[in-house]
Amino acid sequence: MDAISGDLNAPHSMGTTIIGVTYDGGVVLGADSRTSTGMYVANRASDKITQLTDNVYICRSGSAADSQIVSDYVRYYLHQHTIQLGQPATVKVAANLVRLIAYNNKNMLQTGLIVGGWDKYEGGKIYGIPLGGTILELPFTIGGSGSSYLYGFFDQVWKEGMTQDEAEKLVVKAVSLAIARDGASGGVVRTVTINKDGATRKFYPGESLPLWHEELEAKDSLLDILSAASPEPMVS
Amino acid sequence: MSSIGTGYDLSVTTFSPDGRVFQIEYAAKAVDNSGTVVAIRCKDGVVMGVEKLIASKMMLPGSNRRIHAVHRHSGMGVAGLAADGRQIVARAKSEATNYESVYGEPIPVKELAQRVASYVHLCTLYWWLRPFGCGVILGGYDRDGPQLYMVEPSGVSYEHISIASYEISLFYFLSFFSLVLYYKLSFIFASSLPQRYFGAAIGKGRQAAKTEIEKLKLSEMTCRQGVVEVAKIIYGVHDEAKDKAFELEMSWVCDESNRQHQKVPDELLEEAKSAAKAALEEMDAD
Repeated sequence: MDAISGDLNAPHSMGTTIIGVTYDGGVVLGADSRTSTGMYVANRASDKITQLTDNVYICRSGSAADSQIVSDYVRYYLHQHTIQLGQPATVKVAANLVRLIAYNNKNMLQTGLIVGGWDKYEGGKIYGIPLGGTILELPFTIGGSGSSYLYGFFDQVWKEGMTQDEAEKLVVKAVSLAIARDGASGGVVRTVTINKDGATRKFYPGESLPLWHEELEAKDSLLDILSAASPEPMVS
Repeated sequence: MSSIGTGYDLSVTTFSPDGRVFQIEYAAKAVDNSGTVVAIRCKDGVVMGVEKLIASKMMLPGSNRRIHAVHRHSGMGVAGLAADGRQIVARAKSEATNYESVYGEPIPVKELAQRVASYVHLCTLYWWLRPFGCGVILGGYDRDGPQLYMVEPSGVSYEHISIASYEISLFYFLSFFSLVLYYKLSFIFASSLPQRYFGAAIGKGRQAAKTEIEKLKLSEMTCRQGVVEVAKIIYGVHDEAKDKAFELEMSWVCDESNRQHQKVPDELLEEAKSAAKAALEEMDAD
């Protein structure tokens, strides 16, 4: 009991699995939905993919507070930049602004981010900005605690120039694999697909995800029994 | 078109009864008295040329540069007070590097032009500052293609195919090209969104230069051809009687120069000069 109450004061951390993948014509960003405060799941349906502009989104991992504040600042700067320029900001500019904040405040922040989007000059682009504030432009990248379990998977499955459908399926499969193995990842899978036609959100509830090796199907859960005709438990 | 603004021209913060700021108009005169700067936007880049009047035979050729590189992708030609011009170039360079360190990409030429225009305009708002006594032509090549801008002492900035000189309202109709060039009172239009232009000229010979530019078919011209045309124009507008010697200074930003702003290569410059001289002789021969 003590361990649990102590944990309630721990900072909200997003255990997390986040993924960003480019395909022929755009990018797909994916994430799980678990926000944990120690062992307690503070939010089991959180949205870790945040909008920066119409065409650029960011996946957040690590400290929830830190990643939110960084996103808020960058959204504010990008908004002004867009007005000044008279046209949508490029993904590179968004990623650079994120990187400057992450690098210059590295002592205080603990957040790994993935910036992804589409602009008319470069097309779909993914930028990974891990803990220290490095910026890396990559065809795909993964982050968060659950990503440790996905490196080998991506090494084998990744290929250049996928279709939108292939990319989305890949992302959903990868996140669900990570959820199966990482205790700090869980809940639902959310994806955002960004291309020249805009950004589309998709949602994959827990039951729609495949069960992997040794995962057990829910059985005789109190929830099933309670929702039956009789309100009496243990009476079928 | 100009008149003496007796009493209303003592300060840049004073309007005259007919709505003019005379100090700005006087600043523009400094530009009008300097050597001509001509620039054109061809289909693959921008070419800039300056009629650099030589003050003294003691000066080494190549000194007193009038065209400056602002960033890898853009350069600025200056007409008017040279010291003022240096200040504007320094500011433009600083804006360009600052933008790149914050946003991680080279400054779009349009944004750079707006910042320079704001800076020039700033100096027309306070009585303790004087307007810049120089106009600049900014030519650059970014991801939106080659672009040409001009900024006048009033702070007006136009994107150019053909420059709008700072003068009173005129309506220009060129039936040959069906182009309508719009000239407006500058202080109504400070740093406004531009109409697209292909060529610009400021300085002494700008009227003649503009007439020549309008005869060119710029949308079909490459920069190589453009260099020769600009040289011809400058040699053409140079007044042999009034001014003695001049040096032709040219630069370009185009596909051939890898989208970098640089001096026009020597052999091409020589070729352009001889073509220009030949064209002059042809004209004289008539």
